[in-house]
Amino acid sequence: MANKNKIKTTAGEKIFDTFNVVFMLFIMIICLYPMLHVLFASFSNGVELMKHQGLLLWPAGFSTEAYTAVARNAMIPRGYMVTLFVVFVGTTLNIIMSCLGAYFLARNDQAIGKAAMIFIVITMFFSGGMIPGYLNVRSLGLFDSIWALIFPVALNTFNMIILKTNFMSIPASLEESAKLDGAGHGTILFKIFVPLSKATLAVLVLYYGVAHWNSWFNAMMYIQNRELYPLQLILREILIVNDTSNMTAGNAVDVEQVSDTIKYAVVIVTTLPILAIYPFLQKYFVKGVMVGAVKG
Amino acid sequence: MKIASQKSVAEMNLRTPYVKLSFWGKVWRDITSNPILYLMFLPVVIYYILFCYKPMYGALIAFMDYVPGLEFWENDWIWFDNFTRFFNDRNFWRLIKNTLVISLSSIIFSFPAPIILALLLNELKSKAYSRVVQTISYMPHFISMVVVCSLIREFTKNTGVITQILGVFGFPQVTMLGEPKYFVPLYVISGIWQEVGYGSIIYLAALTGISSELYEAARIDGANKWQQTLNVTLPGIVPTIMTMLIMRMGNMMNVGYEKIMLLYNSQIYDTSDVISTYVYRIGMLQSDFGYSTAIGLFNSVINLIILLIANKISYMATETGLW
Repeated sequence: MANKNKIKTTAGEKIFDTFNVVFMLFIMIICLYPMLHVLFASFSNGVELMKHQGLLLWPAGFSTEAYTAVARNAMIPRGYMVTLFVVFVGTTLNIIMSCLGAYFLARNDQAIGKAAMIFIVITMFFSGGMIPGYLNVRSLGLFDSIWALIFPVALNTFNMIILKTNFMSIPASLEESAKLDGAGHGTILFKIFVPLSKATLAVLVLYYGVAHWNSWFNAMMYIQNRELYPLQLILREILIVNDTSNMTAGNAVDVEQVSDTIKYAVVIVTTLPILAIYPFLQKYFVKGVMVGAVKG
Repeated sequence: MKIASQKSVAEMNLRTPYVKLSFWGKVWRDITSNPILYLMFLPVVIYYILFCYKPMYGALIAFMDYVPGLEFWENDWIWFDNFTRFFNDRNFWRLIKNTLVISLSSIIFSFPAPIILALLLNELKSKAYSRVVQTISYMPHFISMVVVCSLIREFTKNTGVITQILGVFGFPQVTMLGEPKYFVPLYVISGIWQEVGYGSIIYLAALTGISSELYEAARIDGANKWQQTLNVTLPGIVPTIMTMLIMRMGNMMNVGYEKIMLLYNSQIYDTSDVISTYVYRIGMLQSDFGYSTAIGLFNSVINLIILLIANKISYMATETGLW
């Protein structure tokens, strides 16, 4: 009887396993296809693409016209420079600030430790809001400056707590012996704690870097000078506000036909860098997400 | 008792004059004995004061008749007038309804999705296949909101690929974001697409923490795969689910305004305008700073209350909470 039961369940299990494998294939297609569609469309001929119906499994009439249009445009390279600056400078500042904060919060020998933690955690649940934040940036003289994209997001509490948790797992004996050798706090942090937290720091670099790369709202609030527009804000103009007119300078007849393929080419040019990087850092995600879930 | 303690304090005072220090006294002692440590922490404190606490103080303009250009304290206090104005705003009920509808549909449909994906991934026999599925399912998370929203707009136009495919099943060929009734489904479904893979990481991590002995014991007791899932796997990840659910509940009234702002238009305000997008329009487009801040403040207070209630309920039900 037991034996028969066992065979029965394995049959059921087999069906389930097959279903599961196929279902996962379906999930992968759903996740991948939109970007593939964009990729194919970006290499399509504008007119052919307009005529095309349904799924795109290959570029409709191969053409690199859209990419040459993107390359000719002055705003996109400039936006790239602004975004790269914000990503590099911003992320560097983020990491330094997170290390400094996490180092202090990871110690339990300071009388103010608990109060400092409360001081910081409060900001996770309560904030001044959109307008007070905007007025604050103005009153600090950051408005319409590239630093408005960096200083207000110089630190992320959640990420700092991830790092703090990681620092706390480092054996105290390491710090003790370094102290006996005459190491100061700076040396302990940057020569012992930081090298021992490389994996967590890699996750933080990814979190902060992606956030900077993808951010557009602060730029829309705080930046007026078009020369300081980051990539995402330019993207928003091209894709959402539908401002393709200044992309195809003068060539009025082709505007309508080229615009769609240009949109797709712009998406590819601005999204591919991130999509190329994250798989290499994937093994660190679990660690970052896990530690982050541990309450502060 | 009292005498004894006084005596011991006196004795200790003989050894060191700094025993009975007040809290700030202790803090000062720490600072003077470790100045470098505090110097290193100073930039962090400055950041929080300048960019978190100063705006909180600035949020006092919610209680003022704020006139841009005047000095902060020169504005007239009108106390709760901005709040009563909001309660009487003709958009008030629409905003509350939309915020709740979008938020609740996200919780009901988007919240379980990563849990289900994690459970299914966990059942895959081939670990390599599982890893490939994971890598690919994380991808949408890394695509910027601007791009995701522009794709949604492109694909759901009357000539868009999604509209065309649905047309096979007799779906009308319309620009979906021009019609109020399609907004919430589009918002929720695209939200699942964006976050289901990335959201599953935490549950997958929790699943690996379940001891294999529990599964063996269940098998010996004659439990089949389904019963094992119900009685071993699910209880094993309940604490993680609860923590994530409370955090989600705490953000119930915080519907992501970035995504809505990139998707909506005045034709579909009826289903898509939420409190935070209204805060933006009143504040940034109409420059009614005091009123906008009051609406935002009302929103944060409601959020905080929901978070506290959710945490309390979770404590009573499963003994897991945020603190």
